[in-house]
Amino acid sequence: MSKLLALSAVTCGYVDDAVLVDVDLTIGDREFVGIVGPSGAGKTTALRVLAGSMPAAHGTVTRRGGLRMAYVPQVETINWSFPVTVRECVLMSRVTGRRLPWASRAEHAQVADVLGRLDIGDLADRHIRELSGGQQQRVFIARALFGEPELLLMDEPTSGVDVRLRHEILHLLDDLNARGLAIVLTTHDLNGIAAHLPRIVCLNRRVIADGAPHEVLSPDVLERTYGASMEVLEHSGMPVVVDSYRRAHARQHAGSRA
Amino acid sequence: MIGELLRPFDFEFFRNGLLVATMAGALCGAIGVYVVLKGMSYIGHGLSHALFGGFAASSLLGVNFLLGAGAWGIASALMINTVTRRRVIGSDAAIGVITTASFALGLALFALFGTTGRSFDAALFGSILGVGTDDVIAIFVVCILAFALIFLRYRALLFTTFDPDVADVAGVNTARMDALLTVVLACSILATMQVLGVTLVAAVLVIPASIARMLTNSFARMLQLATGIGAVCGFVGMNLSYQLDVQSGPTIVLVAAALFAAVFIATGVTGRRRAAAITAQSPLAAR
Repeated sequence: MSKLLALSAVTCGYVDDAVLVDVDLTIGDREFVGIVGPSGAGKTTALRVLAGSMPAAHGTVTRRGGLRMAYVPQVETINWSFPVTVRECVLMSRVTGRRLPWASRAEHAQVADVLGRLDIGDLADRHIRELSGGQQQRVFIARALFGEPELLLMDEPTSGVDVRLRHEILHLLDDLNARGLAIVLTTHDLNGIAAHLPRIVCLNRRVIADGAPHEVLSPDVLERTYGASMEVLEHSGMPVVVDSYRRAHARQHAGSRA
Repeated sequence: MIGELLRPFDFEFFRNGLLVATMAGALCGAIGVYVVLKGMSYIGHGLSHALFGGFAASSLLGVNFLLGAGAWGIASALMINTVTRRRVIGSDAAIGVITTASFALGLALFALFGTTGRSFDAALFGSILGVGTDDVIAIFVVCILAFALIFLRYRALLFTTFDPDVADVAGVNTARMDALLTVVLACSILATMQVLGVTLVAAVLVIPASIARMLTNSFARMLQLATGIGAVCGFVGMNLSYQLDVQSGPTIVLVAAALFAAVFIATGVTGRRRAAAITAQSPLAAR
């Protein structure tokens, strides 16, 4: 597997208040990586350093020459009032090559193709605000894909979405990864998303653990990552993380009933 | 009646003024779309005042107005752009300091040394009387530059305006786009100052774009509509200015404001919702 980009001993932020400390992280071709951690752990910062939109205070960031990246921001950060249709939103990501403002016939066909693949082909002329949450997320994935990236960076793609939509997004990303696209995403969702990914990076300002879910999702690693006690069960061969407080509370509740 | 309306066309100064006002309206309409959507209205307002300092200095030193005020305006624009991007101090505070100090300097220079060359009132409120061939050429050149930028860098500008952080990752040089846009804004204000006046340029940047926003949800259509609306307001306003014997700047702004009110009423709830959203900046855009 060839290396797309790597962070080596990267520190970000101020000396006394670093957001990331000595982070080593390598992303290979066709990888699918989830970065997990509590709020304020530096997940978005790590993603932005990978993307190159935030400089590292110390350490080195190495990217393969000519690497094409696309970034899908958190939906909460999008200006939904901006006057832009789905088609315009997708087209804006192709900024090299064609100089003319309007799309070529080939580009129109490509937009139709990418929207069709994401099952939003009939929404091309709708304003981005007129869509459902899942459709909105798909528009920004479509915009990212239209730029023909080799690496897709996604910040909390399943934040605030229901279970059905979370499954849809996960299947979609699985499919894209199977077609050769490398994906790095951040998520809070350990059971719904992270446990399904081939590789998880537990981050809390530092990389606590990095590996496959069954290696990484252990009570010890989770406690060091989240600073809270958690238990890990197994269901159909997959790790399931349970908040110890809730479990103890449930036991206590059941005991008092008996 | 028709003869009365066409009579001003016999005068060269009016034809020049009408040409400049129409081009200025189209130019400010188009640039105003980016100004409004990027939340740069305050920069536009400030820059027009900053240019007044350059206007006063070039007027007193006998330097060509377009060169003197132009250099001053571009320097102010780049300074504002740098401060805004680097967040050295709060951008609103920085813009306020740079532009109002420049405006105050212009007023002080006029108070100390009096006016020579171009009229003080014309600079503040606009006048067609002083519009000459050099003004027509200046605004024509700025129009060519501005529309060439919009035409050739359409997607990069749209991406930078909508989602600057993501545009950066996608390979757009957003710092350069912002700098280019601010310089074009400064040049547009400079070229339209004679007809609109520094105190009213900001209105012509904001109103056509706001009207267009109420009429559409598409960026491309908003850009086309704002350009057309700006040109129509400039043309109608300049004609009314002559007929009513009122300065050109206020007349053009009042025509634009009347059109805004009409569209605001005609588009009902939809238009009102869209107009209200203009100031709703996303966290990304606000950064």
